[in-house]
Amino acid sequence: MSLIDETTAVDPAAPTTEVVHSGKPVSRFSLVMSRLRRTPRFWVGAVGLGLVVLWAIFGLVPNAWNYTDLDIYNMGSSPSALHWFGTSDIGEDIYAQTIVGLRKSLIIGLLVGPLAAIIAGIVGAVAGYLGGWWDRAIVWVIDLLLVLPSLFLFILLSPIFKQLSWVALIFLLAAFGWMIMARVIRAQTRSLRERDFIKAARFMGVDTWTIIRRHVLPNVSSLLIIDATLGVGGAILSETTLSFFGFGIQAPDVSLGTLLAAGQTAAATRPWLFIFPAAILVITVLCASLIGDALRDAVDPTSGANRD
Amino acid sequence: MIGFIAKRFINYAILSAIATLSAYVLASIILNPAARYLGRNPRPSDDTINAILDGLGVNPNTPVIERLWAWIVRLVTQGSLGDTIHNTSVISEMTARAGTSLRLLILGTILAALVGVALGVWGAVRQYKFSDQAISFASFTILATPAFVIGILLMISATMFNNLLGIQLINFTGEYTAGLDGGWWVLFWDRAAHLLLPTIALALMGAAGYSRYQRSAMLDVLSADYIRTARSKGRTRGSALVRHGVRVALIPMSTYFAYSFATILAGAAVTELVFSWHGMGEMLVQAISQSDINAFTGAILFNAVLILIAGTLSDVVYAALDPRVRV
Amino acid sequence: MTERPTQVIDAHGRRAQGAPGTQAGNTPSSMPNRLLEVRDLSVTFPQPGREVQAVRGVNYHVDKGEFLGIVGESGSGKSVSSLAVMGLLPSSARIGGDILFEGKSLLGRSDKDMSRLRGDGISIIFQDPLSALTPVYTIGAQIAEALQLHDSKLSRLAANVRAVELLKVVGIPNPERRAQAFPHEFSGGMRQRAMIAIAIANNPRLIIADEPTTALDVTIQAQILEVLQKAKELTGAAVVLITHDLGVVAGNADRIAVMYAGRIVETGTVDQVFHQPSMPYTIGLLRSMPNLATAGHQRLVPLEGRPPQLDNLAPGCPFAPRCPVAIDACRTTEPPLAMVAGDPLNASACLRVDEIARGSLERAHLYPVPEPVPAAERAEVEPEKVLEVAGLKRHFPLTKGSVFRHTIGTVRAVDGVSFQIRSGQTLGLVGESGCGKSTTIMEILELAKPQAGLVSINGTDVATLSAKERRALRRDIQVVFQDPMASLDPRLPVQDLVAEPLTVHGVPAAERRRKVAEVLELVGLEPAMASRYPHEFSGGQRQRIGIARALVTDPKIVVLDEPVSALDVSIQAGVINLLADLQEKLGLSYLFVAHDLAVVRQIADNVAVMYLGRIVESGPSEAIFANPVHPYTRALLSAVPVPDPTVERSRSRVILEGDLPSPTDAAGGCNFRTRCPLYKLIDPAGQEQCRVKDPEQRPVRDSQVACHHAERIELMAAGTVPAAPNEPVAPGPLGEPGEPGQHGDPAGPRPSHT
Repeated sequence: MSLIDETTAVDPAAPTTEVVHSGKPVSRFSLVMSRLRRTPRFWVGAVGLGLVVLWAIFGLVPNAWNYTDLDIYNMGSSPSALHWFGTSDIGEDIYAQTIVGLRKSLIIGLLVGPLAAIIAGIVGAVAGYLGGWWDRAIVWVIDLLLVLPSLFLFILLSPIFKQLSWVALIFLLAAFGWMIMARVIRAQTRSLRERDFIKAARFMGVDTWTIIRRHVLPNVSSLLIIDATLGVGGAILSETTLSFFGFGIQAPDVSLGTLLAAGQTAAATRPWLFIFPAAILVITVLCASLIGDALRDAVDPTSGANRD
Repeated sequence: MIGFIAKRFINYAILSAIATLSAYVLASIILNPAARYLGRNPRPSDDTINAILDGLGVNPNTPVIERLWAWIVRLVTQGSLGDTIHNTSVISEMTARAGTSLRLLILGTILAALVGVALGVWGAVRQYKFSDQAISFASFTILATPAFVIGILLMISATMFNNLLGIQLINFTGEYTAGLDGGWWVLFWDRAAHLLLPTIALALMGAAGYSRYQRSAMLDVLSADYIRTARSKGRTRGSALVRHGVRVALIPMSTYFAYSFATILAGAAVTELVFSWHGMGEMLVQAISQSDINAFTGAILFNAVLILIAGTLSDVVYAALDPRVRV
Repeated sequence: MTERPTQVIDAHGRRAQGAPGTQAGNTPSSMPNRLLEVRDLSVTFPQPGREVQAVRGVNYHVDKGEFLGIVGESGSGKSVSSLAVMGLLPSSARIGGDILFEGKSLLGRSDKDMSRLRGDGISIIFQDPLSALTPVYTIGAQIAEALQLHDSKLSRLAANVRAVELLKVVGIPNPERRAQAFPHEFSGGMRQRAMIAIAIANNPRLIIADEPTTALDVTIQAQILEVLQKAKELTGAAVVLITHDLGVVAGNADRIAVMYAGRIVETGTVDQVFHQPSMPYTIGLLRSMPNLATAGHQRLVPLEGRPPQLDNLAPGCPFAPRCPVAIDACRTTEPPLAMVAGDPLNASACLRVDEIARGSLERAHLYPVPEPVPAAERAEVEPEKVLEVAGLKRHFPLTKGSVFRHTIGTVRAVDGVSFQIRSGQTLGLVGESGCGKSTTIMEILELAKPQAGLVSINGTDVATLSAKERRALRRDIQVVFQDPMASLDPRLPVQDLVAEPLTVHGVPAAERRRKVAEVLELVGLEPAMASRYPHEFSGGQRQRIGIARALVTDPKIVVLDEPVSALDVSIQAGVINLLADLQEKLGLSYLFVAHDLAVVRQIADNVAVMYLGRIVESGPSEAIFANPVHPYTRALLSAVPVPDPTVERSRSRVILEGDLPSPTDAAGGCNFRTRCPLYKLIDPAGQEQCRVKDPEQRPVRDSQVACHHAERIELMAAGTVPAAPNEPVAPGPLGEPGEPGQHGDPAGPRPSHT
């Protein structure tokens, strides 16, 4: 009963007793990271893609052949100690060619994915935040580009960029690879716009561009990162398909697509010409999309929960 | 509901029209139909080339706007899409090829949708169990494989299969065996056998995408309150998921179908090329490589009309599934 | 679970047998009247790296036909324990203890086995009626489904007929037609009625209602509670009502169990728990709640701290860190639920229960009453007009048509609202959702020229401002939003969040830092916390950050948009006290928007009651709460449950019929007459007046009232209005189908046909 004495009035202006009791709550970032770490898919993808990139960088070092070398004594040979992936009809070393092709495909993918995501983020955020005529016009352009399969547009435009270097292909792929994501970002921005913290900023008098830069884009950044990751695989697929049909990378440049085109005719009889580049291609894209999917599950807490 | 579908139809119709017209303009700017004649030996005179190009309505000396106008007027008044560079009418070329493409597209899409939806639902219900992991991994692998690689891999396995059996059971080059004699039945079987691999290739790609999407749509539904309500009424979990869950999870699929159809079209074109089918995809690619503006526009129009139909169809399905849009 | 003693006294005073979790599964209950018996129930959700013990040894029972209220804040385990009874927990949950229904154990049964019982023996009503009904099936079909699942011989036709009957029972007008409607065509209250129809379809013996009125407005809540009572009478079922609102159970339940941190900490009859609570948590909760009967006269007593995280419980009583009378033993042993004064129905989990019961620890003085702000710190303000709103209108076109969009009507979200606030004063703007109160404050905060009317701040008409002047004026008017999580950008640290209004006005960085530290201290947060991110704070602390941000520009007016309604009851008091103190220290003016009348009464000097875009009654807080003269105000006040069973029992309720009509074009006359209880009591000539003439605001007694017959308001109090209008609600012209749902404010319900 003496305890009652302890509880005399406290200063109401100092109600700091409402402090955090349990351990320090985790931030969103570390939460995503810890979820990622628990996802086997993420590890498969990350380790796989890491190995592929390392291999693309250092894989040529132990190989005796360069990708332009012709071994006229071993034309059309099957995989051997000398030519690890075999040789083509004119004696090109498939191992060296695969690595060089992979480098190009990787560069294209790793640049196009983020580039398209940036376009998607800006266009989507502007359309979603501004609304009105801006929104309608942008959505129309997006819909139009979705109606015309982009593959056909690439083929149509191929006469132009065939004359330019393969770098032009990067911009072309990015220019037509942002639409679906822009729609997602737009939808997300529209719901963000109704959120109180954006309203609060508006009522404080913060101007539109600052709101987009300071509040909208950081809050859709997780979507953009996912998109950039998934875009890597998508861009590599587009590039190889174009190159396969002769509309993409042009000789003397080599990409996985041109390599597969060269190996296509012999696919059934000398499978190594086709199988090795194809396998590398599939593994690369698969790893990128596994990372992207694991990211999506980690960012969206409801998408991965075990519920029933 | 009629209003909703009419609105969406008009929206798609305008989109398709603009897409076709911009394709015509783009093609007219980029492609150079004269180049084909300049390389000939003996080189035809400029007048001759001009006359030929004028006849086709693709002379680069005429302003693009004028050519576009002429193209529209001809389409509206005569119902003609002009002539190809080989002096056949684009329409007749399209009728010869459309059936081939449609056969592949319709079969492949239906198969893809059925398999994809079933696998997606199964994967979601069995989330993180072995079957879900297997389906997911298979879907990812297929989605990571370009269409042409799938086609070629299927052909390699068919060859190995045929070699193993010692007979030519699965034919895959072209749409039919040239010069095959026999009754209607024999010809039908021949075409069906040729259809097998391309359809599988297309259906695999579609099903992989659909199953991923259906899985996540279904996962959203699994935790929905109304599933809990259905169970609280006395349904078992399985029955609540089927009766209440799948029905709702199909709604987003109908929208996804419209958006994925363009991808399917591109996939179908690639498949046709790989299997040497003379379909619309081949027509489109050939038109570009031969700088044939009229044929290209015709092929794009074909695709645009298909997207118009697919889009409207998906809206009809959407309105039928979701009472909230029936106004 | 580890610290719990093996011998536990359960809620009914018997000693539970054996160690927890080892009780024999099928011991038939000794009491023949016992319907449900929950014995030492524990529910654990395994999560990667940790385990969340949502329910930790809960014992309670429900007798046949009894009404048990389970009260607790969010996270107390009240819903989880009821889902465990239904067998609807996720398969990952680990369940211990036992649940007996009619003497038979429910645990360990197969899903198929349980599904035969669910909906037949036990049924449940969920909180959010929008998401709880399948959107693609008609209401009728969903009721018929419940019937057919338990009666395979019932034909589809017969099931449909019975479904219509059930809809009629729960008071849905026009049941034949409404059975064909889809859930999205129903308003929130009607959906909840449909949920009740599903729940009672098979005459269950037990109905569990899990926060059935939390998502609803107070007048609709009163309707639903009536329907629930009626359903109980019709079926003779026992009811378990789960809620966070002590007021809701006070008038309805026979017995109450209070849950905290996954356990029942106090149980007893309604009168015992409300009048002689013996657990400090219950005492604190009752003291901290703004109460319509007492609010405004005394300062609220805050219950500081927050409930513990259930994944990492420290040993000892989980309430000890917040308990003002905790002793050392409380921090080492978790007290069992022990009988109070030998009454088998009354039990409390507190080591000092005897002292409290004996009165040696006085309930009234258990918690320190916070001191008011000393006179020296109070700001002196001139009583000048700081905010004036006159004839403010905001109409939205209601469009229809998919191909060619055309306007078919006007949503009169705000339709001629006038009020003024003087410095140092608080105006409480109250009304149900959809009444236009949010639209009103958004219109004011835009600082733009309104569609019609005048908004004037510090005597400046905002319509005349240039962009630069407008920005400068924003310093004077700031806003605090409802949801502290949603109103703080999760990506920015507190320093940047609070300083954001200053950056707009170009205040240098050093000055910003100084100012942020100052306001953080003012709202009771440590300035050192400025580098942390919002997620590191509790709900109450986040709202303090929101308040700090509003104060950083030294505003004259702060618009408070439901500032405490997203907070748990025990947290609310602290924030309300803070707001009151800040007002006195800084001489602020508040525009306080809320639906909770008790909170408004606690803080407001003047009150304006909104209905369908109009202010129907306004005046000094005292006058309005003591003697409302508009029939709507009177109905609204009577619908608010008071956390006092004696008061609740003696009150006669005015229950409004039907839903809030859509605020589209009114057909002339008074727009409240479709639901007006007074209208029905007025002579035909008077009714004619209501139909034809739109009532103007006029002074009646101490307030401004927009009612032709305000002088005859006593007709209502004379008891001529039946307290329980159980007859089906008459379909009014505005209660017809096709109206937009009454949820959300009219900025929202513009039908979107995209």
